[in-house]
Amino acid sequence: MATTIDLEGAVRTFLRQTESHLAAYLEGCVHCGLCADSCHFHVASGDPRHTPAYKLFPIAKAYRHRKFPLGLLGLARPVGEADLREWEELLFDTCTMCGRCTMACPMGIDIASIVAGARQAWVAAGLGPSDLMGSADNSRDHGSPLGVSPEKLRDRVAWIADEHEVNIPIDLPRADVLLTLSSVETMKYPDSVASMAKLLNHAGVQWTLSSKGYEATNFGYLAGKADIARTMVERIVAAAEAIGAKTVVIPECGHAYGVLRWSAANLLGRELPFEVLHITEFLAQLKRSGRLRLTPIDERLTYHDPCQISRRGGAAGDARELLDGFARDFREMTPTGNENWCCGGGGGVQAIGRAAPLRYKVFKLKMDQVEQVGAKTMVSACSNCRLTMDESKAHWKWDGRIASLVELVAEHLVEEPKAGA
Amino acid sequence: MTLLDFARGPALSTALAVFAFGVLWRLVFLVLLPRVRDRSAPRASAPTAFAGMVRGFARHLWPRATFAGSSMFTTVNGYVMHLGLFIVFFGLAQHMLFLRGLFGVQWPNLPSGLISAVAVITLASLGLALGHRLASPVLRLISTFNDYFSWLVTTLPIVTGLLAVSHLWAPYETLLAVHLLSVALLLVWFPFGKLMHAFLVFVTRSQTGVRYSRRGVVT
Repeated sequence: MATTIDLEGAVRTFLRQTESHLAAYLEGCVHCGLCADSCHFHVASGDPRHTPAYKLFPIAKAYRHRKFPLGLLGLARPVGEADLREWEELLFDTCTMCGRCTMACPMGIDIASIVAGARQAWVAAGLGPSDLMGSADNSRDHGSPLGVSPEKLRDRVAWIADEHEVNIPIDLPRADVLLTLSSVETMKYPDSVASMAKLLNHAGVQWTLSSKGYEATNFGYLAGKADIARTMVERIVAAAEAIGAKTVVIPECGHAYGVLRWSAANLLGRELPFEVLHITEFLAQLKRSGRLRLTPIDERLTYHDPCQISRRGGAAGDARELLDGFARDFREMTPTGNENWCCGGGGGVQAIGRAAPLRYKVFKLKMDQVEQVGAKTMVSACSNCRLTMDESKAHWKWDGRIASLVELVAEHLVEEPKAGA
Repeated sequence: MTLLDFARGPALSTALAVFAFGVLWRLVFLVLLPRVRDRSAPRASAPTAFAGMVRGFARHLWPRATFAGSSMFTTVNGYVMHLGLFIVFFGLAQHMLFLRGLFGVQWPNLPSGLISAVAVITLASLGLALGHRLASPVLRLISTFNDYFSWLVTTLPIVTGLLAVSHLWAPYETLLAVHLLSVALLLVWFPFGKLMHAFLVFVTRSQTGVRYSRRGVVT
């Protein structure tokens, strides 16, 4: 734990966040508490401190003290070091920025956006969970949170291509599609990388990976390190522009999609010259255009919605479109779609080691959901959700299977040549 | 100058001025904040920003079925309280005279017996709201001076108004003066505390509606 912290830097960062639309959100909270039961952390732990509205207290306090009539009259207290130390756990370990609380909020307050902005104050103060901060620094210094450097990427990709007997183009000078990867897949779920390659090759897509911009995850954004967030986005944008890509495909990773699809243009201050699609959106397009033929599966399946793809991304329908007619015994869990429960590991929480026991508790909600459906297999489209849930599954010795939608689709591809081809 | 003269005159005028100036100040402050244009490409199916705003506002008028269980008490009690306040304030003949004096407009008033009944229901819902706030561990934790004081300044005019029309305990003129002073207190506090949500609800819900409808989500 740092002995001295830059309190004034933290306060300045809080206040900078309030010089935007977030101010109305901070002023609008009526402390009704309806967000509490929408939050998986509060529901799982029963701890009132995990109430989303409570997580906003330090930034609200800074705002009241410096910008509010009562503060100007000296009637509001300033944020102290103790506030930052106490709330660090609440802002980082117990918020996945899944946005579920916004749906329950009668004022429609986007709490997750405030949390994302407020996290930057901990960075300014020199605080924040060291493992999450390290993941962000690794991304900047080595290319990915798990240390996948460009050289390591080339090695790893060559190995995956060899192991799965699939062609994985890398650093082609021109391509229509730039595929990005999550290092969780590159290192822990290599089948996922091979599956994407297989599917893109099958559909005849002209695509490539790029060693100049490959890491889709953005731990700069998750850790509250705005400079790293921008660097990570710049790498992908530069790589896509260099090869003239019309489309950048985000792999099975929720936050990667959220950041590149909805925040990247705003981080850079210019519109992106290409389309950003999540792999499920891209595959749904291929299916729509008849370029994806699949043998159906009869096993009962259910689908876990990654928050940043469904609730905060607007792409809940694409995974269903892929499953439609393909998974013949597909059952929705309750709640589902935009209202689905979070895995407990989004928003960088997966990278915070000390948060593991809480993540395990959260997973019980998911286990209940899947068991209600009567399915043995839950598919998802986010490797971060998958890793979180695989770890929790091991903790509880749960006998359900957690699968990747992309891998499932790739395994059931009809490999016959198309008519006229 | 009697207490009633004071309440009717300088107290209420000052309070109205503080209310109008304070509300305006806070809203102008929010409107003047820099608006960063969203440069992300909207989803092809996204509605216009205006439609997103309206949809976002409407979506939060009632909880989704998923959240109904845990939010039904607060929602129903909240509606009873807000509608009650609305009916009492705009429906009582005496209030109408006051509003006519201020704005020169009027509409048919409701029977005073009905207003009293609504006021009692409103008071009960305020009591339940406070009880809930004190009993729930979550609400106790997140409640601040603002929450309790805002509750108090909202409740006082109902209590004093009911006392005034029922001529209990003190001469009518004294009760009326106390009622007017409690209203003055409400008006003065309004812009500085959470009562501002009466205006801010249009801002926050709209912001979220515009932001997420662009992504193809009704959040």
